[in-house]
Amino acid sequence: MQKKATFKLLALGAVAVLALSGCSAAGNGGQMLDKLGDPEKTVSLLGWPGYAEDGSTDPAYDWVTPFETETGCDVTFKSYGTSDEAISLFKTGDYDAIAASGDATLRLIAAGDVQPLNTSLLQNYDGVYDFLKDRDFNTVDGKNYGVPHGYGANLLMYNTEEVSPAPTSWSVVFDGASEYKGKVTAYDSPIYIADAALYLMTHSPELNITNPYALDEDQLAAAVELLKAQRENVGEYWSDYLKAIQAFDTGDTVVGTTWQVIKNYLAADTPAAVVLPEEGATGWSDSWMVSSKAKSPNCAYLWLDYIISPQANAAATEYFGEAPATPDACQYGSEGFCETYNAGDTEFESQLWYWTTPTEKCLDGRTDVKCTDYAKWTTAWQEVKG
Amino acid sequence: MVNAVGKAEVERPSLAHRISTTLYSKPKLRLRLLLSAPVTWLGLVYIAALLALLVTAFFTVDSFTGEIKPGFSLQNFTDLFTNSLYSTVTLRTIGIALGVTIVDVLIALPIAFYMAKIASPRTRGILLISILMPLWASYLVKAYAWRSVLSNVGIAAWLLRPIGLDTPGYSLLGAGITLGYLWLPYVILPIYASLEKVPSNLLEASSDLGAKTFTTLRKVVFPLILPGIVAGSIFSFSLTLGDYITINIVGGASQMLGNLVYGNVGVANNLPMAAAIALVPVVIMFGYLTAVRKTGALDNL
Repeated sequence: MQKKATFKLLALGAVAVLALSGCSAAGNGGQMLDKLGDPEKTVSLLGWPGYAEDGSTDPAYDWVTPFETETGCDVTFKSYGTSDEAISLFKTGDYDAIAASGDATLRLIAAGDVQPLNTSLLQNYDGVYDFLKDRDFNTVDGKNYGVPHGYGANLLMYNTEEVSPAPTSWSVVFDGASEYKGKVTAYDSPIYIADAALYLMTHSPELNITNPYALDEDQLAAAVELLKAQRENVGEYWSDYLKAIQAFDTGDTVVGTTWQVIKNYLAADTPAAVVLPEEGATGWSDSWMVSSKAKSPNCAYLWLDYIISPQANAAATEYFGEAPATPDACQYGSEGFCETYNAGDTEFESQLWYWTTPTEKCLDGRTDVKCTDYAKWTTAWQEVKG
Repeated sequence: MVNAVGKAEVERPSLAHRISTTLYSKPKLRLRLLLSAPVTWLGLVYIAALLALLVTAFFTVDSFTGEIKPGFSLQNFTDLFTNSLYSTVTLRTIGIALGVTIVDVLIALPIAFYMAKIASPRTRGILLISILMPLWASYLVKAYAWRSVLSNVGIAAWLLRPIGLDTPGYSLLGAGITLGYLWLPYVILPIYASLEKVPSNLLEASSDLGAKTFTTLRKVVFPLILPGIVAGSIFSFSLTLGDYITINIVGGASQMLGNLVYGNVGVANNLPMAAAIALVPVVIMFGYLTAVRKTGALDNL
């Protein structure tokens, strides 16, 4: 009897070891794929909220289920609120692919967290806007690491009953913010410093800021000063977009920076409008990248190919409120979709300041000064919040 | 041969039998084995985690790639002590923790006294259940409930506006109220438990000897329930010290120490700095417990 029990234990142990080794037998070591293999059945994605809707938020928005049926790859999706959160989540190695903005992509590439892409394996890649391909935020040393998802601007949202006249400038959240003391909101991330810098580009020309992501010590100090003054009037900062939605719905927040998707999620009776202020705006251009530790690289490639297919790309980018990555998406979106977001308008596109990671080497080409890097921005941001 | 083998089988006791014989004759070994599992757990989970925290605090981070670089650097501690941000937030956090603790104890004392000494067994049962009931709901649910209570269009505003006041809104005060609500059961229960142990005839004797109610409370009851009050205050103080969720939900734009830790982990991806900041509440709690120990209140816990 005893021997039998021991044997049972041994057998159990062996099963456990087998199961564990099954888990670790994955990944392709971060090498570029030569050809696609069989899909792995599951794929784990990380992205901004609303980037992979499976109908659970609203049955009318579902572009994940068709992908699952078509490829047999079961999608698990996790959304994040800031690029920094995305990076720390992605570093766990639990995700096969990520939709990252320009302030995260370079850091992921530098850290070796993503693998170079073989774009010839993506049938829909030819259709993508040329001006989004091989940009400095998705290509390093001639190697392409990301396929474009879409791009857009950080907009100004305001409560149409409380805020009048309708704002056309960011000054409503900076110099004129005291009028709405306690009801102003701002994005809770160091990258928001660029919004202040963008405002200073127009309103304090003597500072000579030419790129909101290339700030020397003095320029950063000016932006921080502006943000500290804004802090007095801020009711709360948001990085959790659900919190932003709720605060706007209850009227605790009446004006502040936002994404189109937040406006879309607001209750129907909330009187709110969004505007692209005259100073221009910071924005983002997002790329889907494949993890160097991907357990399902084939499914990840299939997803990348799927999300830039005109129909899926139209659904995803229109839902979030941004311009699609491919002109063919325009015919699948609703009437006027591409016009609303100025898709393909390179003139408009060139005025958006895409999120970029600030580095010591000035991004605007200055060589006579050292710029402030992202670590400095992070400290500065914590000081702003106090 | 057959006989010899059979003999050997009889003489050689089974492994389990031999182990049990050894253990029976060696009680100390028995105790050690019994304690080894929980002690390993304590060592690994509590002590090792704390040590890892301490060690990590000396590492640095590559600001661009976010990779942690092991090594020995005092930079994090230099920042911690020279940057006014950290002292401001530390003082604010201690202030909130003290405020919440004092308010909670002041509310808990009369409730606990009523439950232990005055209420009928039936009322006591009802009160006990109603105090424990909020613990059944998730912490997050309660914090979000307060978010809607304190909102611009919430119950607080609806109740207070007619009498000329307004909701505290999402602010430090709002966070303090919410935290005070969240930790109240943890303060009431130990005080109630210690009050229950105070014999009622002591109160009568004190009164017979001419002491007024307040004197009895101060000179007889208070020293006896001090350990209970201290236990409750440790709960509310330490829980407030480490909180970052409530302040995020109802605290408006304000930050506490927990937010700085969270910010360094989640936003800045700077684990070493987060570890250094996380040591601040550890040190404060250590100081608090030492001070409490000096008063002798821990002896009766």
